[in-house]
Amino acid sequence: MKSHGAIMNEMKMTFPSLSENERFARMAVSGFLSQLNPQINDLSDVKTAVSEAVTNCIVHAYRDTVGKIDLSAKIFADGTIYIRIKDSGCGIANIPQAMEPLFTTAPDEERAGLGFAIMESFMDKLRVNSRLGKGTTVVMSKRIQTKHAAAKADG
Amino acid sequence: MGVEIKTAGQKLFAFLSGELDHHTAKEMRCEIDIACTRELPKELYLDFSKITFMDSSGIGLVMGRYKLMCERKGRVYIQNPPPAIRRVMQVAGISRLARMIERIDTPEETSPETAVEATAEASLPANSVETPTEQQI
Repeated sequence: MKSHGAIMNEMKMTFPSLSENERFARMAVSGFLSQLNPQINDLSDVKTAVSEAVTNCIVHAYRDTVGKIDLSAKIFADGTIYIRIKDSGCGIANIPQAMEPLFTTAPDEERAGLGFAIMESFMDKLRVNSRLGKGTTVVMSKRIQTKHAAAKADG
Repeated sequence: MGVEIKTAGQKLFAFLSGELDHHTAKEMRCEIDIACTRELPKELYLDFSKITFMDSSGIGLVMGRYKLMCERKGRVYIQNPPPAIRRVMQVAGISRLARMIERIDTPEETSPETAVEATAEASLPANSVETPTEQQI
């Protein structure tokens, strides 16, 4: 892993896989990142990616049950953020297939099959680890262009 | 937050507002589908101007309405998406399903052309008042 400097701040939270918590999770991450004074575009990208990852846990990992979702986030000195979203649900049998745009196992619920595609395009890096019957962990990172940095670059 | 429905002839306008995610999508699509079943429109306009957040659940919503409208030989239009929502739509390649249009097109309100003309006319008297004031100074 490339060095991003020291960890400046970090947070961890655990919540049940209720769909009400999709909004809570992205708002919590957004609030945590506000200390970086991020640009609106970056913040909106991260919120969308978090929403996709948490929705996957709710819709797929814990399909007919309610389980725990662990979310943690770290801010590094160079402005890179890491977000890890972990469930202990059913796991993914075929990760490359699951990540293919438009592939979904829940078409009846009008899932577009674009969750991973959106995480990939809105974040810089995405890593997915999964074990059948054990759960899935998604780690994504993005270098946040802070307003301070943008102002310096312009000046 | 929710859906406001307006109709004009064969057109049905659904003004969506608030945050569109997996949690809220179900209710929104239900309201749209009830209105569509009742009105049987030829054109469905989904207005996103008051949507403050959207993830791929919104894409699912558009895809689902596209299928329903196709069955009735109708069309779906996406109206006024804010920049962040437009980005999600572009990643999803939604232009294959629905046309994206920029306009404020409600049954009651005036068309954009009329609105521009009205503004231009209104600004004329203001200018003519300003000019003499400057001359006086």
